[in-house]
Amino acid sequence: MKLKRFKEIALDGTVRQNPTLRLVLGTCPTLAVTGMGAISCLGMGAAVIFVLVFSNLIISLLRNVIPDKVRIPCFIMIIATFVTIVSMFMEAYMEKLFATLGIFLDLIVVNCIILGRAESFASHNPVLDSVCDGLFMGIGFTLSLTLMGIVREILGKGALFGVQLWNFKIAFFAEKAGAFLTYALFIAIFNVCYNAVERKLKHKAARNAVAIEREAEAAASTEAKEA
Amino acid sequence: MDVFAIIISALFVDNFVLSQFLGICPFLGVSKKVNSALGMGIAVTAVMVITCVVCYPIYTFLLAPMGLQYLRILVFILVIASLVQILEMVLKRFSPGLYSAMGIYLPLVTTNCAILGIANIVTETVKDASKAGYVFSDVFFGNLVNVNMAKGYGEAVLSGLFYGLGFTLAIVLLAGLRQKADKLHVPKPLKGFPITMLLACFMAMAFYLFTTIV
Repeated sequence: MKLKRFKEIALDGTVRQNPTLRLVLGTCPTLAVTGMGAISCLGMGAAVIFVLVFSNLIISLLRNVIPDKVRIPCFIMIIATFVTIVSMFMEAYMEKLFATLGIFLDLIVVNCIILGRAESFASHNPVLDSVCDGLFMGIGFTLSLTLMGIVREILGKGALFGVQLWNFKIAFFAEKAGAFLTYALFIAIFNVCYNAVERKLKHKAARNAVAIEREAEAAASTEAKEA
Repeated sequence: MDVFAIIISALFVDNFVLSQFLGICPFLGVSKKVNSALGMGIAVTAVMVITCVVCYPIYTFLLAPMGLQYLRILVFILVIASLVQILEMVLKRFSPGLYSAMGIYLPLVTTNCAILGIANIVTETVKDASKAGYVFSDVFFGNLVNVNMAKGYGEAVLSGLFYGLGFTLAIVLLAGLRQKADKLHVPKPLKGFPITMLLACFMAMAFYLFTTIV
């Protein structure tokens, strides 16, 4: 895989097509898990990364074998297998995290991010690309989830990663309604920043193009004069 | 738990969308118009009831006594997907009108966390069935006709129905709010998902008050 393609996939997964903030997929775990504290967010993110990478790997390997008509059930069974593995692993080694995440660990199966990547990327892209895509989509999900979790934990509980910082807290942000508010504000702020950066980059590219054109013109005219 | 408590908690207190954050995707995605929201709500309710009717016995009498609880995710998702497929075919054959009204929502329902969530929630109570002394041979030879089981089954189906209705209530209310909000002047960054989520935030605040009932 070329470096340029790798960069593109990485940027797509983490920023340009950030699953939670740009595509607004996988909303259920985002709303629920961000209220459980930043550590649970990291755990959830790790589980999602694992499932995304391996389901993308297997689906990409089998992309020419799976018949088109029954592809969705096949994808779901592959994803469910890896979710079962993660769930059993966490139950055995990370009991506390398993108990906190509870039902949302099993529900990774029906997380739209994973099925979405299987359907729109892994099912018609080479293996290495698909694995990278899964990895960076997962990282994008984890980053936004953890950021939201940190904001909600600091504001709602006055704590960070389970460590009490101060006694000031706005309980609203730890409640259910606070989840919707935080998510809405995050999407709005992210989109404003994204659009501003994009406009600036476009501007810069346009200016560069104009400058190159002028240089070329100047060079041409001097050549003409010399001739 | 008595019936009334199940109904109130499923509809309002533990509302699937606003309190448990399950089924958010259709809640945000299919709530532009009241009519389509109602269709989606009914489809979800129907599939939820069927899921409870089928998954509860499968878990209680097959998976739990044999110690196969870890297979639940695979089994549930397979059962739900095939049930939705069958329901779609039956509707298409016997009631084309209902199919054209509801049919487009059915495939969406399959991969919906609300459905897998309800299957998990209603079977949560029987996770330790093997500890309670049921073994597979008991089930196999029909020794398990016991009042508690019947009660658990009734509760499971009832909660499936009312969690589904709670979902319908929330999605229809949100669709009504969104139709009104379309006429408002919304700042550009808040257009689309953010404003919908803010509306959901106000609804969650209102539903939060129901927790004081129980």
